Amino acid sequence: MSNQPETLIEAKAVSISHQGRAVLQDVNMAVRRGEIVTLIGPNGAGKTTLIRVMLGLIKADSGKVVRSAGLCIGYMPQHLSLSENMPLTVRRFLQMAGKNSKLSMQDVLQELAIEPLADYPMQRLSGGERQRVLLARALLRQPDLLVLDEPVQGVDVTGQAALYNLITRIRNRFNCGVLMISHDLHLVMANTDQVLCLNHHVCCSGHPDSVSQHPAYLELFGTAAQSELAIYTHHHDHTHDIHGNVESDHEGHGHG
Amino acid sequence: MDDFLLRAVFAGLGVALVTGPLGVFVVWRRMAYFGDTLAHSALLGIALGFLLGINLNLSVILLSILLALLLVGMNRNSHLSHDTQLGILAHSALSLGLVVMAFQTSVRVDLMAYLFGDILAVNATDLLWVWGGGFVVLTILMLIWKPLLSITVHEELAQVEGTPVVAVRIAFMLLIALVIAVSMKIVGVLLVTSMMIIPAAAARNLSRTPEQMALLAAVMGAIAVILGLAGSWQWDTPAGPSVVVAAALLFSVVRVVIPAR
Repeated sequence: MSNQPETLIEAKAVSISHQGRAVLQDVNMAVRRGEIVTLIGPNGAGKTTLIRVMLGLIKADSGKVVRSAGLCIGYMPQHLSLSENMPLTVRRFLQMAGKNSKLSMQDVLQELAIEPLADYPMQRLSGGERQRVLLARALLRQPDLLVLDEPVQGVDVTGQAALYNLITRIRNRFNCGVLMISHDLHLVMANTDQVLCLNHHVCCSGHPDSVSQHPAYLELFGTAAQSELAIYTHHHDHTHDIHGNVESDHEGHGHG
Repeated sequence: MDDFLLRAVFAGLGVALVTGPLGVFVVWRRMAYFGDTLAHSALLGIALGFLLGINLNLSVILLSILLALLLVGMNRNSHLSHDTQLGILAHSALSLGLVVMAFQTSVRVDLMAYLFGDILAVNATDLLWVWGGGFVVLTILMLIWKPLLSITVHEELAQVEGTPVVAVRIAFMLLIALVIAVSMKIVGVLLVTSMMIIPAAAARNLSRTPEQMALLAAVMGAIAVILGLAGSWQWDTPAGPSVVVAAALLFSVVRVVIPAR
């Protein structure tokens, strides 16, 4: 066990109930440095609640969350409901992350391909652009742990795949831990080390391949989930960039 | 120019300089109704001040602070939506204020002056309250500017990044309570929120940064005060409402001339 990377954050037997209904029951989980952990589960399964407990935004009724000393968290929230009346550019929004980072703004803007948007008003961003700006804000803190609440929300399917690839690239570059919520396992399969299937309690967890075959997972998501997986096993002879444009590997393109 | 008019102008400018920068946050945080609630309940503060024979400014400040804290608590764990809570509180406090005042037989109270302000009757003590209180409010606002802006953009994000959210939020509510208390005599409990909302809204399309908008809101408020008092002098209209009408005209002109960007 000595060569295991350090545990960044760990939930120990976390339980929480809301108006008499158990939202989380005895949940145990941990994120290590350099590891991508994905929470999946049906709507109302307590995914966001678990993340909020991990972030320290709400307190668990019982159990506890242990953080490594001096842990810096970069958080990408699910929504940003900014008043239309606030004049705020992307650059100014990103500056709010604070000055604790050695990472330059320019570097992050380039990494996320949002440099041309720097002087845009925040309210004029498209869904995909907003998600990348939120990710940039989280990244600017040079966090040990990235917590992403449905990072691909409002992004079209090709953009989603690109965003997940981007998250993996960020993990590789900064060697941070990543904890994220996703709705569909098949999209994150290739980009996650560990999957936690949550339905108020942890139904099953482990490597995505094993989880996708797990009876508890199949029961929760039905056999539809199984067939959907097939979509992503086919061969591509081209890729899409983050804007959804085709980047050809060869001349012409098509699905093989 | 007569002395009382000069005092009126200075009092009005003092109010505008504070309500503008504070008002932009009221607009951004969608707290117009919250401001109204505190303002309406200020009348209860006046009534209680008369009843207990204490300084009216002080009784209004104390009641506003009490209510602001009550509202912070009310916000959570309630089955009623926030605007319903505010609606109940705003109008019952206003009515309770009027009822309590009706029991006031010893002093004849000029109710209109408290509802719509009596800027032309401002005396030296009032001026001191306005500018002294305004100085305190602006100083505190500058100190909490960064965290306040941060929690206004996204409260939970700010909290994760280490901003003391609850403390900043309470400080902001206390500032609003203080501003309402010191400007109530000038523009009245029914109009004080308008001096926060309208100049801020007028400044919106002219600004590129949050700070610009706060400064321009103060400028817009100041222009509205001067135009409104001039109009009031010229046509013998009520001063407080004239200032608000001037602010509304200013807002309309800016909106038409400069579209949103």
